[in-house]
Amino acid sequence: MTFSLVFEQLLNGLQFGVTLFLMAAGLTLVLGIMNVVNLAHGSLYMVGAYLALAAAQWTGSYLLGAALGLFGTLVVGMGVEVVVLRTLYDRDHLDQVLATFGLILFFNELIAIVWGRASLFASPPSWLSGHIDLFTGSRYPAYRAAIILVGLVTALILWYVVTRTRLGMLIRAGASNRTMVAALGVNIRLLYTVVFGFGAALAGLAGLMAGPIYNVQPGMGELVLIQVFVVVVIGGIGSIRGALVGAIIVGIVDTLGRAFLKPLMATIISAPAAESAGPALASMLIYLLMAVVLAIRPQGLFPARG
Amino acid sequence: MLEVHALTKSFGALRATDGVTLKVEEGETHAIIGPNGAGKTTLIGQLAGMLLPDGGSIRFAGEDITRLPAPRRARKGLARSFQITSIYRDFSALQNVALAVQAASGRTGFWRPAFDDESLIAPAKKILAEVGLEKRMHAVAANLSHGEQRQLEVAMALATRPRLLLLDEPMAGMGAEESQRMIGFLAGLKQRHTMILVEHDMDAVFRLADRISVLVYGRVIATDTPERIKQNEEVRRAYLGEDA
Amino acid sequence: MKARLISWIVAAVLLAALPPLLLALGQPFYLDLVRRIMILAIAAISLNLILGYGGMVSFGHAAYIGVGAYAVGILGFYGFFNGWLHILVAMAASALVALAIGAVSIRTSGIYFIMITLAFTQMLYYLGISVAEFGGDDGMRLKQRSQLGIVDLNDPVQFYYLALVLMLLSVFLIHKLINSRFGMALRACRSNEARSRAIGFSPYPYRLAAFVIAGALCGLAGALYGNHINYITPSLMTWEQSGDLMFMVILGGMATTAGPVLGAFALLIVEEVLKGWTEHWQVLMGPLLILSVLFFRRGLAGIFYKPDA
Ligand SMILES: Nc1ncnc2c1ncn2[C@@H]1O[C@H](COP(=O)(O)OP(=O)(O)OP(=O)(O)O)[C@@H](O)[C@H]1O
Ligand SMILES: [Mg+2]
Repeated sequence: MTFSLVFEQLLNGLQFGVTLFLMAAGLTLVLGIMNVVNLAHGSLYMVGAYLALAAAQWTGSYLLGAALGLFGTLVVGMGVEVVVLRTLYDRDHLDQVLATFGLILFFNELIAIVWGRASLFASPPSWLSGHIDLFTGSRYPAYRAAIILVGLVTALILWYVVTRTRLGMLIRAGASNRTMVAALGVNIRLLYTVVFGFGAALAGLAGLMAGPIYNVQPGMGELVLIQVFVVVVIGGIGSIRGALVGAIIVGIVDTLGRAFLKPLMATIISAPAAESAGPALASMLIYLLMAVVLAIRPQGLFPARG
Repeated sequence: MLEVHALTKSFGALRATDGVTLKVEEGETHAIIGPNGAGKTTLIGQLAGMLLPDGGSIRFAGEDITRLPAPRRARKGLARSFQITSIYRDFSALQNVALAVQAASGRTGFWRPAFDDESLIAPAKKILAEVGLEKRMHAVAANLSHGEQRQLEVAMALATRPRLLLLDEPMAGMGAEESQRMIGFLAGLKQRHTMILVEHDMDAVFRLADRISVLVYGRVIATDTPERIKQNEEVRRAYLGEDA
Repeated sequence: MKARLISWIVAAVLLAALPPLLLALGQPFYLDLVRRIMILAIAAISLNLILGYGGMVSFGHAAYIGVGAYAVGILGFYGFFNGWLHILVAMAASALVALAIGAVSIRTSGIYFIMITLAFTQMLYYLGISVAEFGGDDGMRLKQRSQLGIVDLNDPVQFYYLALVLMLLSVFLIHKLINSRFGMALRACRSNEARSRAIGFSPYPYRLAAFVIAGALCGLAGALYGNHINYITPSLMTWEQSGDLMFMVILGGMATTAGPVLGAFALLIVEEVLKGWTEHWQVLMGPLLILSVLFFRRGLAGIFYKPDA
């Protein structure tokens, strides 16, 4: 277990973390501002991946495909808000969970009808298919490095938008005082639709970037979604900062656990025992982490909005 | 019976309870009056354990209960009624009171139906009769009139057989006639119970209270007998001013 | 009260009359379907205790189906086939898991509670996938069905009647429970937490106890379900399965005695009908479920009577 190996896995964890963050940011915004649990957030991730893939094949350009995929997810997201989510704002969380559960079934099956159930292969663009040299002397896939970069830049933009712009001010005010914002003459319905579309686009971005790394298949969103829930619980609902910190912690813990828990345990217990216990424990790690955080801080690490 | 010492509680910059010190003797009816927003409900909330104070202490029957959770205080004999009616709206009036009897009994069970458990139903009926709700005992609480709900509110507090009753504006929103009936009822209660009574209705306060504390901006500016409170210059200025 | 008892008796008689009828008609498939519905109805009944009466929106109830089924599978794997032992271990293990999950999650409420129960169940799902001995992702076939002595689970009709009896027993049990002192306190804490605390009920222990009881009962359903499909796989614990259980409770009517049973029948029959129609039945099921949430909130039982508080 050399340093360069650990460093490489740290980068992988960071890459997974920023993907989680892009998902968590949208989810937590919608939760914090509209007080809506949107299970179908994972569907938007999937929609982003599929649309980008299809658009890239159609246009022959990765970047154009990504742009179209992003825009498509934004539109789908706003559509979902207008058709279904809007009716759920005054309902309790149970109704929201159930209705958006119905949405997931719908989207997964719709995708299966259009693209089939088998997983599709998405490849990174040729100009990102190489490797970059790390200072540790080893090489790292350029595509993953690019994801980290895009994720961190998006986080920065998001932070700027939420804390420094008029839209962000409205978002924060809308979260704490709907009637006041409405009284200011802001169209709160429109604001909600925009925020929701925004969150959807972020999920779509996560999905389309994840495409070449994980499987593109129906139901891909839910696997990530539940990990994103862990992120939001750890980070604290409604907090962008919490989402970022939570996502990176979860991404790194999960990745390092899967990479090193088995060999690490083999040094303590017998190799065959580690062979079976290692992966089992690794797959449970982030949930155990969540339990510990909850035991210590039931409201998450960053309960305040920010 | 109850000793409150230097209690403080802030909501952000607002000091809703600002160094309240108070003593309630066994058998006493202690009224707390004060203008809207003086912090009366906040004080009751801290005594009942729904709100945790920032500082100070509360002793009840010789025991420090400052940090004790609300249910434990209730089982020690502290009962409260809510200013804003807080009942089980989807249960019948009888079930509401029977639940309070059950809570106070501290016993639970997993099999025998609670609705034909005489040790719950009999006392519940008796209390409903006392507050004058016996004819409505099978009505769903949500369907009771406002006045009836207020009676139920007090009945539930009583049903826990408390050693100290904390009543937060029992007459809130009642009509004149209903109020008179409630005052009569409380006058009867007063013989058997120690209570803290928060009330805006001065008529009721001066008829029922043995002593009165006046709360203004979270501070007790005076504690005295009704007679002397009426004479108190500071109270007249701060509170009774336009009244007197 | 009387009318309800009579309708239960009628329903029980009808269900009891079903096997000879279906066999005479040469439709054993439907026997299988109804048996599955009744087993999952037990799971829904247990969920109704915490969701309907306790007000705890658990999105992870499939965990206990999984734990119950795995208890049967794992005991069989090591050569223990005694069905009573299976049931005992399934229920005890489910109760323990529920105790652990409940102890953490009941400290929270609202959205947190939903996400946490979902996350913990997902953890068990991944645990099932990663343990290769018991088949990992693929799951494993039971070496033998549970040996109960008096009932032969390999006989579809006998198994059917066992499921029917246990379902009715669960209905009765939960009915007794929710009307007992314990049940009244649990429902009171859902109805008005502040008032409950003020009269001396601590919600946490009541909720946790209900959570554990529901877990144990669902573990029983899991043990039966494992025997029913004669196979155990992590997919018993998916979030879809948890969602299905929730829908059974909601469609049938939350906090009603009959609701979960009605809901289980309604959901699974609709599912079966749609499946017969198209392979892509979920594309219809999804919107149907959304519409039911938006417009049919009181559930099937609501047509007949008002929910218990
Ligand atoms: N949970 C809370 N958060 C913030 N401020 C609060 C909270 N509860 C009460 N306050 C504020 O504390 C002050 C005291 O409120 P409280 O309800 O105790 O007054 P009160 O004397 O009972 O008034 P009233 O006669 O209207 O019932 C008020 O200014 C109120 O707005
Ligand atoms: Mg008040």
